[in-house]
Amino acid sequence: MRTDPGVAFAAHCPRGTVESAMTTSFPRRFTTRTQAALAVERLAAEASRRLGRGSGEMIGGKLALRVAPGMLAEVGSQRRSACVSATNGKTTTTRLLARALGTLGPVASNSGGANMAAGVLAALSKPPFDAVAALEVDEIWLPKVAREITPQVVLLLNISRDQLDRSNETRRIAAMWRELGGELPDTTVVANVDDPLVAWAAAGWHRQVWVSAGQNWTADAMVCPQCARLLHRNDNGWWSECGLARPEPIVAVTGPRELRWYGRTIEAHLDLPGRVNLGNAAMAAAAAREFGVEVDAALAAMTGLGDVQGRYQEVVLGERGRRGRLLLAKNPAGWVEMMELLADAPPRPVVIDFNSQTADGRDPSWIWDVPFERLGGRQVLVTGERKEDMSVRLAYAEVPHSVHASAEDAALAANEKVVDVVANYTAFRDLLVRCSR
Amino acid sequence: MSRGPSTTRIALIYPELLGTYGDGGNAIVLARRLRWRGLRAEIVNVAAGSPVPEDCDIYLLGGGEDAPQVLAADGIRQNRAIARAVSGGAAVLAVCAGYQVIGESFPSGGEIHPGLHLVGIETRRSFAPPETPPPGRAVGDIVVEPDPRLGLPTLYGYENHAGRTRRLPGAGGVPLGTVQRGIGDGDGGTDGIIDGRVVGTYLHGPVLAQNPALADLLLSWVHGALPPLDGPPETVALREARRRALAVS
Repeated sequence: MRTDPGVAFAAHCPRGTVESAMTTSFPRRFTTRTQAALAVERLAAEASRRLGRGSGEMIGGKLALRVAPGMLAEVGSQRRSACVSATNGKTTTTRLLARALGTLGPVASNSGGANMAAGVLAALSKPPFDAVAALEVDEIWLPKVAREITPQVVLLLNISRDQLDRSNETRRIAAMWRELGGELPDTTVVANVDDPLVAWAAAGWHRQVWVSAGQNWTADAMVCPQCARLLHRNDNGWWSECGLARPEPIVAVTGPRELRWYGRTIEAHLDLPGRVNLGNAAMAAAAAREFGVEVDAALAAMTGLGDVQGRYQEVVLGERGRRGRLLLAKNPAGWVEMMELLADAPPRPVVIDFNSQTADGRDPSWIWDVPFERLGGRQVLVTGERKEDMSVRLAYAEVPHSVHASAEDAALAANEKVVDVVANYTAFRDLLVRCSR
Repeated sequence: MSRGPSTTRIALIYPELLGTYGDGGNAIVLARRLRWRGLRAEIVNVAAGSPVPEDCDIYLLGGGEDAPQVLAADGIRQNRAIARAVSGGAAVLAVCAGYQVIGESFPSGGEIHPGLHLVGIETRRSFAPPETPPPGRAVGDIVVEPDPRLGLPTLYGYENHAGRTRRLPGAGGVPLGTVQRGIGDGDGGTDGIIDGRVVGTYLHGPVLAQNPALADLLLSWVHGALPPLDGPPETVALREARRRALAVS
């Protein structure tokens, strides 16, 4: 007989603990198995939090899925939900969407950034079980999650190279998304027309809301995803000889604080910086509209959001009152977005914190695709586990810089008290942990 | 012997198709190492689909995904510009998918596609007997000890490829070097090829950023003796960091 480690885990817990968790009333419509899995999920998450192993979402969700593999459908499919997927901007857009949907009532959301099945499950495993859900979903996991929970809306933002060592070919992701649309006849896709891969993927769905959210990085969308010929581009968009072309958007970013919204022009004032985040907000507002949220209410609710999991947040960096604004750039597209954002603000010193752990992608070659020449004229300070690679890149970009043992050391060496810190995934995470101690 | 009168022209071939893994950095490295010596360099971006020019000194082909690799090979094969330039003294550096493309044939989508026939290599998913399962993707840090006749120090890089490559019997050239760590070509324990002025390798990094001596070797072929250039010191620090991280002497 197959033993189930999840069940064993629950059985070995002190009896009283299990019962106290089980006394929370789960809706009757859930199967006994799912109710048990929900209890396991809660216990494991609690244990993980107490052990200081993080938010506990991952371990709890993983165990619960072993107890009841079908529970994602059970907790997810009988409520209204939206899934957000992209290479860049998933977390921010999900947070913006959760804010907008929050004007209607309680919202379930995986705000911790755990975006595979277990993380999504953790977000859906807390009462109230009929809360509308705003879910960040990893690009590769989107089909699996969406098939289970049949979301009302799916938001597709962009696809670009990321973690080169994983060889997740961009076209393969687009093809997976396109195929998914055929299986979700009642789902509306909110899609970015400026990314040809996304537009092609979304064209296969039953109903689209087309948004022009912008695309700063075009190097991964040079070839038509449909016919593999080279795409043509001009100021008005892109098209292919096979007939695939940029769809006409109903919502568009038209200025630094301006949207075209279903035929009228509206102003949008966000606390999150940069045009890229206005694009994210436009996507989120278009999705919220599908849930009945008026755009004015949606944008007003988004305005109070100033940081997302530490991104854009100003933190104390080490000693002597040094401070840093934290910016995340995980791949070339993300770096180009950050360059635009840096160019909008006074030219502070920039600290680059660069790692190449598994979660970052082990191959650091992609920094050669980033136009670091644009940092010329600023003080640039480099740190991180692959600081030497970044230093060589900057040397060949002829950007003078210094190399430091840590971001805190770099901030101390900066000419100003406040710096911008651009970090990739694990560097950002570790820095955030150190700053919140 | 110098080919061009003054400016060294570096052709970056189809970066939209063969630029997925940062190999465009090789063009930046070559151009800067000339300019830092007071020499003139021009990077010629050969946009995908356009004819490859015959009048460049160094041709760079980088890594790319499967479908773009086939598109690139078909596009480059429309003329014989690279082969003619090579017979006139030009150099080629081809990395990963580009390395596979300069050979006789390579696999993609279950089929075998013809390459550019610049060097006598062929690439397959596997050279093992059909009943054995194909080897896994070769992904990770790679360290290569170059052929001693090249006079180059250890080569560091990163590899990421599914194909296995071998030199054809009787083909010219020699392996670029012996693999100390990683997979490289596959079973033979070597990586790459160097045949006349054509160099192929699986090393990303970009390879010339991590291994400036290889960059200078290519430059000396097309420019003749080069004025000395130290470092830059950042490169010395990087190579020392890679040596320590990869635990090779």
